[in-house]
Amino acid sequence: MDMAGSLTSGVWKPQGPPPPVPDDPGGGSGGGRGASRRATFTGLFVAMASIVMFFAAFTSALVVRRGLSNDWLPTPLPGILWLNTALLLASSAALEMGRRALRAGAREAFNRYWTGGTLLGALFLGGQYLAWQQLLGAGIYISTNPSSSFFYLLTAVHALHIAGGMAALLYVNVQALRLRLGPSKRTAVDVTAVYWHFVDVLWIYLLLLFLIWG
Amino acid sequence: MILAFLVWAFTLFVTAYFMFTTWFPPGINAHAAAYDQQFRLTLVITGVIFFLAQMALGWVMFKYGDDGKRAEYSHGNNRLEVLWTSAAAVLFVGLVLMGTTIWASVHFTDPPADSMVIEVNAKQFAWSFRYPGPDGKFGRTDLKLINDSAGNPFGIDEKDPAGKDDVVSSAVKVPVGKPILLKMAARDVIHNFFVRELRLKQDLVPGMIIPYHFQADTPGKYEVACSELCGLGHHQMRSVLEVMSEADFAKWMQEQLAQKQ
Amino acid sequence: MSETSATHVAHHAPTSFIRKYIFSTDHKVIGIQYWFLALFSVFLGMGLSLLMRFHMVFPDAKVSWFATLWPKGAEGGIMTPELYLSLMTMHGTIMVFFVLTTAPQAGFGNSFLPLQIGAEDMAFPVLNMMSFWTTFLALAVLVMAFFVEGGAPLGGWTAYPPLSALGAVAGPGMGAGMNCWIVSIALFCGASLMGAINFIATLVDLRCKGMSMMRLPLTCWSWFVTAILSLLGFAVLLSAGILLLLDRVAGTSFFLPAGLVVNDQIQNHKGGSPLLWQHLFWFFGHPEVYIAILPGMGVTSQILSVFARKPIFGYKAMVYAVCGIGFLGFLVWGHHMFMSGMNPYTAMAFSILTMTIGVPSAIKTFNWIGTLWGAKIRFTTCMLFALGFVSLFISGGLSGIFLGQPALDLYFHDTYFVVAHFHLIMGVAAIFGMFAGTFYWFPKMFGKMMNETIGKIHFYLTFIGVYCIFTPMHQLGMAGNPRRYADFKEFEFMGQLLPVHTFITWAAILTATAQVLFVINLIWSWWKGAKASDNPWEATTLEWTVSSPPPFDNFAGKHPVVYRGPYEYAQPGAPKDYTMQTDPT
Repeated sequence: MDMAGSLTSGVWKPQGPPPPVPDDPGGGSGGGRGASRRATFTGLFVAMASIVMFFAAFTSALVVRRGLSNDWLPTPLPGILWLNTALLLASSAALEMGRRALRAGAREAFNRYWTGGTLLGALFLGGQYLAWQQLLGAGIYISTNPSSSFFYLLTAVHALHIAGGMAALLYVNVQALRLRLGPSKRTAVDVTAVYWHFVDVLWIYLLLLFLIWG
Repeated sequence: MILAFLVWAFTLFVTAYFMFTTWFPPGINAHAAAYDQQFRLTLVITGVIFFLAQMALGWVMFKYGDDGKRAEYSHGNNRLEVLWTSAAAVLFVGLVLMGTTIWASVHFTDPPADSMVIEVNAKQFAWSFRYPGPDGKFGRTDLKLINDSAGNPFGIDEKDPAGKDDVVSSAVKVPVGKPILLKMAARDVIHNFFVRELRLKQDLVPGMIIPYHFQADTPGKYEVACSELCGLGHHQMRSVLEVMSEADFAKWMQEQLAQKQ
Repeated sequence: MSETSATHVAHHAPTSFIRKYIFSTDHKVIGIQYWFLALFSVFLGMGLSLLMRFHMVFPDAKVSWFATLWPKGAEGGIMTPELYLSLMTMHGTIMVFFVLTTAPQAGFGNSFLPLQIGAEDMAFPVLNMMSFWTTFLALAVLVMAFFVEGGAPLGGWTAYPPLSALGAVAGPGMGAGMNCWIVSIALFCGASLMGAINFIATLVDLRCKGMSMMRLPLTCWSWFVTAILSLLGFAVLLSAGILLLLDRVAGTSFFLPAGLVVNDQIQNHKGGSPLLWQHLFWFFGHPEVYIAILPGMGVTSQILSVFARKPIFGYKAMVYAVCGIGFLGFLVWGHHMFMSGMNPYTAMAFSILTMTIGVPSAIKTFNWIGTLWGAKIRFTTCMLFALGFVSLFISGGLSGIFLGQPALDLYFHDTYFVVAHFHLIMGVAAIFGMFAGTFYWFPKMFGKMMNETIGKIHFYLTFIGVYCIFTPMHQLGMAGNPRRYADFKEFEFMGQLLPVHTFITWAAILTATAQVLFVINLIWSWWKGAKASDNPWEATTLEWTVSSPPPFDNFAGKHPVVYRGPYEYAQPGAPKDYTMQTDPT
């Protein structure tokens, strides 16, 4: 029922009938070796497409809401956001270095880099919380202005996506520290890293959105 | 097999019924006439498609039952595909384009300059109409002054002299043959102004003032129904459009002004 | 992502009851779970609609058990208009989300997509299980709305603000009930997104050897395109739902403009746009219509070809038409908003795009008739439902030609003409697709044949019944009768239409009664039905190569290989009048 079975039971063997006729356009993979990894990546990209759509809807709402009204006041961006951005970029870089180390077989280095990336991600979340505190301290609440409404909303839903990424990072981290990073777990490493870069880019996009339209 | 006869019977009945009956109330202006014509055109075209497609569906069921032999081995016919694709495209898009003039006359043409302006205010679940009175000017309004029980649904400011002669009515009365411009606003939720005989419908959206212009050429009373769900009293949100002669309208206006004194 | 990937699921069939039937990761079990959820929902939704029809015709009737069910909404046994509207809202929401979106896609799709493409399961079985249980939770939260303070919401399934955003001040049910509604829809969005990810990854990567895209059964194509529509559409609805919830609970003003006065109270909002919700909602809402109907089209295409014993007419045209409908489906949302105060030039653009979407629909209809031309039709119950689907699709599709023209919509918008149109094409046609699918696949799902005699009687009663319900609604629409009216006492012209409403109500009661036959048939066939062979319909696709019901891993450890397209019937020179996809000769 799952691909683990076909991975462990060895190479795919044709059953009975001869191989497909020559004019066969190729067709499917047969669910053989690698199908699970490919499907996982397909799932990831498809999920990313829906996240893009999710944020695109918010963006269009922001543009329409800003264009239609005369009550829009720009929200001053808390300074700590720049630090947070740097933390997030650094965590992405750490994960990349970790993957490079893993490819070179340096498990220990991988563990260090990955743990560092995870910690930097946690710091980003903490930093976002401080940014909220700064804004609230300045008397800017979610209902103060449409601009601040969007700021709180978009940072919150982004933080949720970061939190999901954190869960994946931690999972890989625990597996790695327990020395359970066999070949089949490489997919988990790669998928998590790609997702993390994605939410990273998403944050840069949101930051630009706040700077230009906020 | 039974299904074939059923589909045929249904098709014949529906086609005949739609051909010979109309449930539309008679229209009361040129726009309604143009509307009815576009409707009939669409009815004829879709009616022909409906008739042919359903009859064909009945025919294949009638004709091609299983008799133990093999069916025709065919994967399709590209020429036929192209033919019915382009025919459908031309027909469908053509219909829209033919209806454009009607849509344009409602939305793309400005109302005549001498139009009589009436303000509409919709709320859960009543209509109010405001006439500017003899001075031709609407008085200032303020949300805080809105008071339905005191007969001030618009919140007209008594201190503004232009508002002194404003006439507010729960029914919309218009002189026959006069171009009318309604300026429509909603106070709480979305409503919709619908008069069947005008063949016109428009949402009233809070935060927007939406123009709606028409001219009614036949005197009479016509019901106004809210056609956008607005809450528990949606089905009671009724008013009347009364099209009256010039003289009757002037007389009514005088009475309203006299009552205000 | 990695948590739910296929690699973490045990290969062996689970033995405990809970892992096998409740928290199962087997796509066949999940498909059946979805199917039962939809079955429950469809009867609930139908029950609500009967109560609505009853109230419209007998608004003052006193029925004691109404008061038992709704002590407030039907005090003394007389149904209030607000109860009518909340029944209507719940009917629409339950039917659209938990029946039309759930059964054809998540139900049959889950059960048969992996089987038809020769895969052992969906790509992410655990995600699949989570998706079902999230849907279940969403339904529970929605039904809960009936029992919270103020009862179920009355804003319709489209939930237009300001009515939906103002809170309890806008009417009973618009407080806690409306919050339930939003939370339920948000959960449903999440579940649908998980499902869509799974469907797409499965179809793209787990097709068996030889199963090229152009050898996919049309059912798989329609599930695939539907999954893409769900993926993009539900993401947007989720955004819109969050914005609406914030307007209600956090005091924001996304959809609420300044100057609102409700019950003489000035509301503290400013600058928002009610039209913004309509744009976001219908950006999802129109594709949703195709999410409901595309799988029905797929099932119909499949069944027509099997029981016509003839290849599908124009396979490629059918595929392109499905893709075309999917693509154009995202460009036509504005046709729901012709009367909304949207820019009238934009309306023109939307109407032309709307008419072009009629073209692929017409292609499909012509191809179905082309498939039947020269066929040898076997009139089984599922074939009857598929033929009924085609008839309903023609009838319901053509009324769209009226509504798609903004000029004609000036009169028809929000009248019973619209109700007739979308019930025929999106409601009843899609449900006929589900009936067809149920009769076609029941043998494979449960290993028993359904009773043909009861099935045929049920079909004829339903077919006549639905036309009796919905055809007169076109007349009501022409007479200008607005929809969503609790009763017709206030208006003179609607009072005259009451006999038509009475006729429709009786037709609805009889049609609903006929559905008892379907339930009897299900139960009887499940207990006493004849045992199903592997391939009772002599069809060619992969699900019919395995036992009924299929083994836990679908192909009993074998990996099927596909050599030909799915519609090889009546091939000259072949030994039988059908050639299996796995037949190498």
